[in-house]
Amino acid sequence: MSTPSPDRRRWDGISFEERMATVDFRVGSRAHIAVDAEVCRSCTTKACVTACPADLFAPTADGGILFNYEECFECGTCYMVCNSEGALTWTYPDGGHGVVFHHG
Amino acid sequence: MPEVLTFDAVVVGAGPAGSSAALALARAGRSVVLVERGPFPGAKNVYGGVVYGRVLDDIVPNWWEEVPVERWVVRRSTMMMTGTQSLSVDFRTDAWGSAPYNGMTTLRSHFDAWLAGKATGAGARLVTSTVATGLVRDAGGRVVGVRTDRDGAELHAPVVIACDGVNSFLAKEAGLLPRAEASHHTLGVKEVLDLPHGAINERFGVQDHEGVDMEILGCTRTIPGGGFLYTNADTVSIGVVLSLPQLAASGVRPEELVADLKAHPTIAPLLRGSTLREYAAHLIPEGGYDTMPTLASDGLLVAGDAGAMTLAAGLWLEGVNFAIGSGYAAGKAADRALAAGDCSSRGLASYRSDLEAQFVLADHKRLRKAPSLVLSDRVQQRYPGLLCDLAEGMFTVTNPTPKAGGLRVTRAAAARHGVTLRQLATDTVRGLRIFG
Repeated sequence: MSTPSPDRRRWDGISFEERMATVDFRVGSRAHIAVDAEVCRSCTTKACVTACPADLFAPTADGGILFNYEECFECGTCYMVCNSEGALTWTYPDGGHGVVFHHG
Repeated sequence: MPEVLTFDAVVVGAGPAGSSAALALARAGRSVVLVERGPFPGAKNVYGGVVYGRVLDDIVPNWWEEVPVERWVVRRSTMMMTGTQSLSVDFRTDAWGSAPYNGMTTLRSHFDAWLAGKATGAGARLVTSTVATGLVRDAGGRVVGVRTDRDGAELHAPVVIACDGVNSFLAKEAGLLPRAEASHHTLGVKEVLDLPHGAINERFGVQDHEGVDMEILGCTRTIPGGGFLYTNADTVSIGVVLSLPQLAASGVRPEELVADLKAHPTIAPLLRGSTLREYAAHLIPEGGYDTMPTLASDGLLVAGDAGAMTLAAGLWLEGVNFAIGSGYAAGKAADRALAAGDCSSRGLASYRSDLEAQFVLADHKRLRKAPSLVLSDRVQQRYPGLLCDLAEGMFTVTNPTPKAGGLRVTRAAAARHGVTLRQLATDTVRGLRIFG
């Protein structure tokens, strides 16, 4: 489990936690995201940290990446912007689990 | 041995493409299973959104009498903005407010479930909460089914139709889509905001079940993209669409850009007092015609977002209609291949030619150069400000100084935004060639 990134800000009067609390997540027991910490430590861009709309990736003091999988939109942004082959493994959560959009 | 169930066709993904494919096959009397990873159709899907219904006319006659609609779009507004200005081309017509209608706002959890219901009503078997985890191939390498995460159960059929969305792991496994090509994708982030029905009608100048569709350029800072605002029955959908590589390089959070747009002086009064109902994000395949995958291989067809069928051409932003058109065509092509006993890529080739002959690929081919123009630096970074300054220059009354001529105002606005008149002319001609 990671802590929220320190620069996480309130936009538009609501916190990021309140924003994410509007989304229905049926969290499965299997993590559908895996990160290779060694590869991430050598990454200088850390594009996943900026681009993930659910803000699931947080840089650590030693240059690695901490991530959550629970509140994931399953959009695929993280692996698309990741420029290090093999750093990030991403599959769909198990059937019936994960995000459920009611107003998509 | 894992359990194996055998059908005439397996369709993966119960979005608009998959349900349309399953509907076509079921109507042809084929046994077809429709596999959906969400707990219900639409659970994983996000769009702007407007559905343009003409594609449904042949598939569900009088669809407008039963479709779960939020509002019928009668106003279409294209807006250019800077931080302090906005310039709109606003079009309204009665023609879109009565049958057979043009576009509607609807929510995907409602619309996708409705269309999947058409497929099951025709005899397709819907299996939800099930991920198709990979392709099953025969000794010759032909696709003959999918594996699932239901105790490893396999669904076998002579033809599989992959409608598994923008990340299509099936098309990737088949080698039809690149593993990850950020430059062909945009990220859409959307907020659905509660706003009373009456307030929407007053603020957006509509009545009853009429709705508005606003597309916005100039609201994404240095990131190529755009914004949107759509009215639903008692909510509005607002968001931005952002080029993935530039978003990643920008250091700007996507929700910050939505907050920017909501705070814009033109937009903020429309949304006053609204509260966040649901936040959402989804990728969009925006590469257009030139980035589409091969759409058929032995035993496999690809439709909808999995086939990069979203038309993101600036003036036109369409996707669900292309998913329906391609899915239904895929279902019919699969039926023809089954009848001929040839589900090889050759036997399935009529899919591609069918799409070329109708709007699905004809529109994409005609607008193939639109994405690069719409996402170009001048259109994104310079023209919104240039056009707003042009309008401000024309409409600001400067007494006692006499009015400047249009050409002088244009020249001044262009110079201020670092655009030469020659570039302006070139881009105008280019735009006319692409859209004209």
